[in-house]
Amino acid sequence: MAVTALQPVDYQKLTKGAIGAGLVTLLLASLVIGIETISSTGALTYETRFRAVFCAAIGVGIVYFLVRLINVGRLLIPLIGGIVLLILTVVQAVAQVEGWAIAAFAMFDSAVVNWAVILVPASIVARVALALRAGAQGGTTSRAGGASHREANFSTYYRRINKQFAFLLIAVAILLPFMPFADRRLVDIATLVLTYIMLGWGLNIVVGLAGLLDLGYVAFYAVGAYSYAMLSVNYGVSFWVALPFAGGMAALFGVLLGFPVLRLRGDYLAIVTLGFGEMIRVIIVNWWWFTGGPNGINKVGRPSFFGLDFERNPPPGEVSFHTFFGLDYTPNQRVFFLYFVILVFALLTNLFTLRIRKLPIGRAWEALREDETACRALGINPRNTKLTAFSIGAMFAGMAGSFFAARQGFVSPESFVFIESAIILAIVVLGGLGSQIGVVLAAVVLIGIPEFFRDLQDYRMLAFGIGMVLIMIWRPGGLLSHRDPTVYLNKGKAQSGAGS
Amino acid sequence: MEVFLQQLINGLTLGAIYGLIAIGYTMVYGIIGMINFAHGDIYMLGAFNALIGFLVLFGLGVSWVPLAILLVLIITIMITAAYGWAVERVAYRPLRGSTRLAPLISAIGMSIVLQNYVQLLQGARNKPLHSLIQGGITVYEHDGFAVTLRYLQMGIVVVTLLLMIGFTLLITRTALGRAQRATEQDKKMASLLGVNVDRTISLTFVIGAALAAVAGMMVVLYYGQIDFYIGFLAGIKAFTAAVLGGIGSLPGAMLGGLLIGLIEVFWSGYFSVEYKDVAAFSVLVLVLIFRPTGLLGRPDLEKV
Repeated sequence: MAVTALQPVDYQKLTKGAIGAGLVTLLLASLVIGIETISSTGALTYETRFRAVFCAAIGVGIVYFLVRLINVGRLLIPLIGGIVLLILTVVQAVAQVEGWAIAAFAMFDSAVVNWAVILVPASIVARVALALRAGAQGGTTSRAGGASHREANFSTYYRRINKQFAFLLIAVAILLPFMPFADRRLVDIATLVLTYIMLGWGLNIVVGLAGLLDLGYVAFYAVGAYSYAMLSVNYGVSFWVALPFAGGMAALFGVLLGFPVLRLRGDYLAIVTLGFGEMIRVIIVNWWWFTGGPNGINKVGRPSFFGLDFERNPPPGEVSFHTFFGLDYTPNQRVFFLYFVILVFALLTNLFTLRIRKLPIGRAWEALREDETACRALGINPRNTKLTAFSIGAMFAGMAGSFFAARQGFVSPESFVFIESAIILAIVVLGGLGSQIGVVLAAVVLIGIPEFFRDLQDYRMLAFGIGMVLIMIWRPGGLLSHRDPTVYLNKGKAQSGAGS
Repeated sequence: MEVFLQQLINGLTLGAIYGLIAIGYTMVYGIIGMINFAHGDIYMLGAFNALIGFLVLFGLGVSWVPLAILLVLIITIMITAAYGWAVERVAYRPLRGSTRLAPLISAIGMSIVLQNYVQLLQGARNKPLHSLIQGGITVYEHDGFAVTLRYLQMGIVVVTLLLMIGFTLLITRTALGRAQRATEQDKKMASLLGVNVDRTISLTFVIGAALAAVAGMMVVLYYGQIDFYIGFLAGIKAFTAAVLGGIGSLPGAMLGGLLIGLIEVFWSGYFSVEYKDVAAFSVLVLVLIFRPTGLLGRPDLEKV
């Protein structure tokens, strides 16, 4: 397409908007950023930091102006403005680190924030560059048209390589610990990511397939973890014997909690499940003689490899893994073993989901998600069908929970707060509801990447939240948003929207 | 009897605060059908703005308490309402018309952002404020146990009542209220008839945030200390209150708030403090089992 004639830009309106955005920022920042409260010996005092407030207000105004210009297709001013801002932010961040004289004018006191601010002009420049490239290739200048075009391309491409990609991922997962760059930390993070992948796949049965919004999924994770921990500490039951019991216990809780409330619709169900999640945590905290209270349970047994454990000096009468196979002892053996255990668990969860979608019960879940009234008319019992989805999802959470207890060696109520439920739900939704590979991708993005930035402790959760919002705005349907119904009635109109 | 009366007074005060927050949930749910998870954190921001406002005013030498309270009320409402507006503009408006779960996740993300934003800027420690309004009247005295009604508690209940009356008038009598009810019923039709839907939704968030700001300020005065995490539990309780009263119903939100406040206080008074949250949620579950649309909610008609 030839370059289309650009609409004249109403600079006055744009400037007004930019000033408005700046003023709102000024208002927002005035007290919370501008005044720092300091608790000192009982009384509260304060210090001011107004420079940050003014910098934020002016910055937001300018960025608003530039982004609006990009949206209407004017690229020159945003390009220049973006580069100037980029240089300014980089200079001030470097100045602060190097201690130059101009560092006194740095925007924020915190170096991390100063470095993070660079991302904003960088993203403006990147957007201009993308728009320029699209223009050079004769793409449309209309942003929405370009996006949907890109999405359609991506979707067909993704469908073609889906299967190969899945096998490639599994191969990478199996080979990961043997790579030369794999150290203990990497494998530990990968184990954590796999735990969340398993939880995500489990929750996907409830939310993605059956369409039940569960905000208290972590309750079942907690039930599984505590079941195994108590069995192990009180009765010395081994991990592999306790595993089915922990899964069954969580499933039982799923049935007990689900039975009265599953006839509720949508958001009522969401708040009730959230309530159950909190109730179970409160009970764990307060029922101290049974659950250990806030201190949790210590010295939970570690899983063994067909009866061979991973101790350097095994107790008398038992054989250790390294002596049995004639290897030298390294602590990595246990780390790698746990990694493979959770990998197998996660893959089994996935396999189960893939297969059950083809069974009548799986079909009934998906049908129920799309239209409950129609299902009732067709003779599907909605409550029992939902109950199976709820309890099977709970069972996988329980198994993941007992793995978690075994890996950590201790459990405490702190691990089972609401935010965990929210993170698991975010993994499912960000991955694209019902998409199995999407869950993997989202878990890597949400769990794996922040783990590498442990050093930035305080800012990690802030970045996590911002990431959640941005991904949702960028791809509201999730990272891999295409979803095929398992059964096609009529190829032409068979695409259904996500969520009910 | 004395204990009962005292708990009743305490429960009504707490319930009034929950009710004010619950209105924000129920209005947003009514108009765009989403759970605004960040609303509890908007309330927390209201509390922080009020606390900082008091601190600065006292630092500037404003020592007459009624003036300080009035000024802080105005400042807090303005800033918190701006937060409500900004959150909607940034995190929810781009997602309008997408799936139902997308705004929910965005709201959870926003809640995490706001919590950590305040934690980073103001620190994780408890923020104390010395009590500004002291004293009260003794309502009833028997065997040395005096039932007192603190002036502050009276103030909280009166302010809540006034706000409720004003708010009901706003919804039933003004052009804005009409636009809001029209948008709630049918967005497309309302926009065809000349209602600015985006603006109406924004204003809904602004009003909800303003009410939460008042609740936040009252909490600062009432408890005298806050931290960045108070929004989570208060938010969940208030949402429970909204659901209990029937989500989408404004009198329901107030009734639900009062009930949750009373249940919590009576449970901690007569049974155990540790399990007060469990009690509130159990009542919610029981009510929902027997009245799935809440106490005052209208049953949804299923269209086939």
